[in-house]
Amino acid sequence: MITVDIRKKFASDGREFSLDVKMEVAQNAFVALYGKSGSGKTTLLRMIAGLLEPDDGVITVDGVAWHDKGESINLAPQKRGVGMVFQDYALFPNMTVFENIVYAAGKNNMDWVRRLVEAANLGSLQSRNPAELSGGEKQRVAVARALARKPGLLLLDEPMSALDVESRAGLQDELLAMHREFGLTTIMVTHELSEVFKMATDVFILEAGRVLRRGKPSGVYSDQNPAGQFRFAGEISAIEKQDVVYVVSVIVGNTIVKVMAAEEEISSFSVGDKVLLISKAFNPHIVKPGLELPFYNRN
Amino acid sequence: MPGFDFGPIFLTVKLATAATVILFLVGLPMAHWLARTSFKYKFLTEALVAMPLVLPPSVLGFYLLVAFGPGYGLGKILADYFNVRLLFTFWGLLVGSVIYSLPFMVQPLQSGFSALPNSLAEASYTLGKSRLETFLRVVLPNIRSAALSGVVLTFAHTVGEFGVVLMIGGNIPGETRVASVAIYEEVEAMRYANANSYALFLVAVSFAVLAAAYFINKRGIKVA
Repeated sequence: MITVDIRKKFASDGREFSLDVKMEVAQNAFVALYGKSGSGKTTLLRMIAGLLEPDDGVITVDGVAWHDKGESINLAPQKRGVGMVFQDYALFPNMTVFENIVYAAGKNNMDWVRRLVEAANLGSLQSRNPAELSGGEKQRVAVARALARKPGLLLLDEPMSALDVESRAGLQDELLAMHREFGLTTIMVTHELSEVFKMATDVFILEAGRVLRRGKPSGVYSDQNPAGQFRFAGEISAIEKQDVVYVVSVIVGNTIVKVMAAEEEISSFSVGDKVLLISKAFNPHIVKPGLELPFYNRN
Repeated sequence: MPGFDFGPIFLTVKLATAATVILFLVGLPMAHWLARTSFKYKFLTEALVAMPLVLPPSVLGFYLLVAFGPGYGLGKILADYFNVRLLFTFWGLLVGSVIYSLPFMVQPLQSGFSALPNSLAEASYTLGKSRLETFLRVVLPNIRSAALSGVVLTFAHTVGEFGVVLMIGGNIPGETRVASVAIYEEVEAMRYANANSYALFLVAVSFAVLAAAYFINKRGIKVA
């Protein structure tokens, strides 16, 4: 169990914010910190890692104080036993993939290093330099390296933001598999709704340094959740007027969905907005990829 | 070559090596601090470090001459309490060279540190590595080419030093008579052959050191 109750003044894009967050994270949870840039989610993650000191408050992990202003406790990042994946992955350019992981695990833990290499599917990349890797490969190395010291807590700072949409889905699955296999508690910073829905067991929505809402992803973005309802997270790519109605194009995954909307609905939308596409489906069809057309429509 | 003395050449190499080693050790923490600090008056520190780049060597030499003089101030304290004399000695020359070549070490190192993302060191800390281990195994290897530039420029600049040496070192054989000063003296005495030998040596050393540096850098690790 992780308990966080901290305050911190911070600057983002030249503006001053004050962060004031209370949160609890259960063992083995996969928590998403969701919010726009400047909402304080990365600042919060860095304070949990010990890379940034809160102005005031307490962070305890399984009953141990990592930070306690009143008691003048502030554990160094070296002593916190967290694994962290940075937004730029921070792989050491002077070491190969294998050496990056050995640096973290220590030379006496070669069996563990080999298991990590296998779990992260890095076998063929071991002797490459980080500069020779694709974004997705770098991410897999960064995760393997972060797990090298067998941390109980894995911190991910927008781990998919540098990747293209196609490579995300596979890596999300791999990350979830690792989370389960190694019995981790994971906190992930993200501004992608689709990631929240796919991966997180709990989500904290941050805005201007405060927790706006918290809960299960399915419940937190909408109060009611009737059965038979489909929902997809997406982003508005275009809004066009056609006769009396508007057609809103929404990017969901790697497809574009066009939805009609009335003028009064349009007023609150603009291109680039993250939205939820919700639909009541009375008669959904399940087909395998490549057989998208329902049976009765195929020739 | 009548009367040719290899002393100035050895002295030049000795002085440049000592100044480079000292400046590397002093320059690393200094450049690291300059690259990472948000200190309000950082610009003043940077201006001070860069001063030897723009000042005529004779200006620096003049003030060092005044400071090292045993009559008063720093020179008097050193002479009275530590029995150390810096004026017209090798040690004075070394102190002068360290000040004179400071920007040639600090500036390349500083830009090397600045170009390195902070997240590399932070990642190493979260992996349980101490600040020292992180510095030696992650930071330093990744600013290798900046460090090499600093070392080469400092060495070459100290070899080529003339004005400061003349002001505070004079021309004492075996003590302060470096190659650049020897050339001046040989020309004054019309011994052009000897002057040419020293000059050729300086040309050869400068070229060899620079060529070696560029060669090593070419094969160096590419920082992603």
